[in-house]
Amino acid sequence: MKPLSMIVAAGVSLVIAAASAAQNGTIKIVSSLPRTGSANAQTGTIVNGIKMAIAEVGGKIDGYEIAYEDWDDASPQRGNWDPTVEAQNANKAVVDSTIVGYIGTFNSGAAKISMPQLNRAGLVMISPANTYSGLTKPGLGEANEPAIYRPSGKINYFRVVPTDDLQGAVAAEFVAASGAKRVFVLHDRELYGKGIAEVFERRAKELGMEVAGLEGIDTKAANYKSLAQKVKFAKSDAAFFGGTTQTNAGQVAKDLRSAGFTGMLVVPDGCCEEAFIQAAGAKNLEGNTFVTFGGLPPAELTGRGAQFRDAYHKMYNAEPEAYAVYGYECARVLLDAIRRASTKDRAGVLQAVAQTKEFDGALGTWSFDANGDTTNRVMSINAVKDGKFVFVKRAGDASASGAAKGSETPSDAPAR
Amino acid sequence: MELEFFLQQLITGLSNGMIIALIAIGYTMVYGIIELINFAHGDLFMLGSFLALTILGALGMDAWAGGGTWGGVLLLLLSCAVFCAGLNWTIERVAYRPLRASGKLSLLVSAIGASFILVNLGLFWGGLPMDVFAGGVAAAAPKDFPPLVPNTNLLGADSLVQLTPKDLLVVGVTLPLMLALTWIVTRTRLGKAMRATAQNPIAARLMGIDTDRVIGATFLIGGALGGFASVIYALYNNTISFQMGYRAGMDAFTAAVLGGIGSMPGAVAGAIVIGLVRAMSDGYLETRWTNTIVFGILVLILIFRPSGLLGSRAKEKV
Repeated sequence: MKPLSMIVAAGVSLVIAAASAAQNGTIKIVSSLPRTGSANAQTGTIVNGIKMAIAEVGGKIDGYEIAYEDWDDASPQRGNWDPTVEAQNANKAVVDSTIVGYIGTFNSGAAKISMPQLNRAGLVMISPANTYSGLTKPGLGEANEPAIYRPSGKINYFRVVPTDDLQGAVAAEFVAASGAKRVFVLHDRELYGKGIAEVFERRAKELGMEVAGLEGIDTKAANYKSLAQKVKFAKSDAAFFGGTTQTNAGQVAKDLRSAGFTGMLVVPDGCCEEAFIQAAGAKNLEGNTFVTFGGLPPAELTGRGAQFRDAYHKMYNAEPEAYAVYGYECARVLLDAIRRASTKDRAGVLQAVAQTKEFDGALGTWSFDANGDTTNRVMSINAVKDGKFVFVKRAGDASASGAAKGSETPSDAPAR
Repeated sequence: MELEFFLQQLITGLSNGMIIALIAIGYTMVYGIIELINFAHGDLFMLGSFLALTILGALGMDAWAGGGTWGGVLLLLLSCAVFCAGLNWTIERVAYRPLRASGKLSLLVSAIGASFILVNLGLFWGGLPMDVFAGGVAAAAPKDFPPLVPNTNLLGADSLVQLTPKDLLVVGVTLPLMLALTWIVTRTRLGKAMRATAQNPIAARLMGIDTDRVIGATFLIGGALGGFASVIYALYNNTISFQMGYRAGMDAFTAAVLGGIGSMPGAVAGAIVIGLVRAMSDGYLETRWTNTIVFGILVLILIFRPSGLLGSRAKEKV
């Protein structure tokens, strides 16, 4: 038995905090997701997914009780994720030595804040939804990324979704395949939206399309009628918006349509949620609007994924949102690592997560690569019909080679 | 092509500017009479639009969407004006009047408090289990406002320039309201009393003017204009959200300062300038410069004309 003072000391000195984890026989997992604001419809189903994974193992692994806490990283003032709250959550996790896994974040911008904090503490972080490439992939983001998120030099951040450099490229390929020649690119000036818009722009040019404009919007504006007219007058036959429902994608879609823009509109996975349809108005999305998603929608899942979907229906009597299965997968891979870990502390679990290979998951069989990214590259393109998302086609598998080119030539990337 | 683009931005800018003007008048009237920047005004406006969507949903009016239901529009305009006027009067009665003697700062803090309460009311309202709020599952999500007023192009479907019934609605409601307001302020007994109270409340009271009543009436009128604006905003933009009051209020307040706070024609002029500058900047420059340009112009005008475009230089009251 270690004396109590030891535990207190462990809480203060962050790095060795994990030492006392095994003491009371309880291992804690937390998630940090925006639970206030319009993202909640999506994150609520992620949390359900996490709970289902824990319930599957009976809430116990090797005699250790698995406790789970659902933390909110949004604030009512912003109605969206809040940097202050995310930083507080990370701090709270760091000082609680019983916590061995941190599931989150939903927004890539939020991950930027908690990643270095958790990295110093050696606490494993697995994101169900961050897609910004720079968080893990050298050469695709800023020059100091991703090293700046890894002050300890070790990798503690993993994600189960394919990244924007793959998704943005898939979107550009889809637009090019439709026969569009001239495309207008808009983004929300946030980490995720701007990042994916730039990937889209680069790939669009590679594919021989003309880029009529690349513009960041004012996400709090009442409307984008002037900008929408600009898109129309630029004679663009397609438009891409890099952003999320929370950064006003609904209004952008609505104003483009009401300005008389009839070309194809493509938006990324940040809009792949019911709230987007609600905000844009279903009628405005019918026909020529498409949503890319870094995975398959629930209805298209097979094997374990299909089992998850059916179990979800039974348990919650509702349709899981697109990201629910990623929450489930995060929790499963984390629980599997806890099971395999030689010591049930932070270091042990981190090592076990990093060694995840050929994981038999709901998203197929996949591994974590050296950057902490999933090797899974299956994506989908979806449309909206009668106010619901409908699956259009699978994408990504074939484009993987084209997108990988970007990472081989990092020399021009940091300059962007 | 170039000319058409310019005309288009002109139309968009004017429509946006007029909506801002209706809200800006609410700020400037209150400032003119009790020198309070009523921070709750933008959020009052937001609640008006929530009421509009609720009425629309309750009456099943969304089924008429696109049909040009002018009777329905009139009903929304009137009910939201009455609601916002009543709410604004109540806020004045409960949160401002008891503090009027204790200095401007207490009033200001009270206004900020009222603003927070209204925002949270909006958040709660958006979570009501109604179809128009998508069953209330995502209270904070922006809500789609059905297009009661059609978006057809009055210049013909082939015309590049779009002039829609929505634009006409904005002008058709805003202009008569402004004329009516000007008439009230310059030609009626109430207007005279308002001007007297604004100039010198103590002297006005000595002359037998019931200043409490006059201030109450000012809040009623300002609130009603906010209510009208909320419906027009919702019909024009087709989206409402519990957070929209902040930006709308910010724009309107900027317009009021630009035009000369306390001056009603000034608020309108300021709002139209802001609407036009925004449209032109979005159209010809890049969207990311727009706020910089708007506030740059504000700073310039305040340097060279500290009282604003049409403001009169008011002596600091002691």
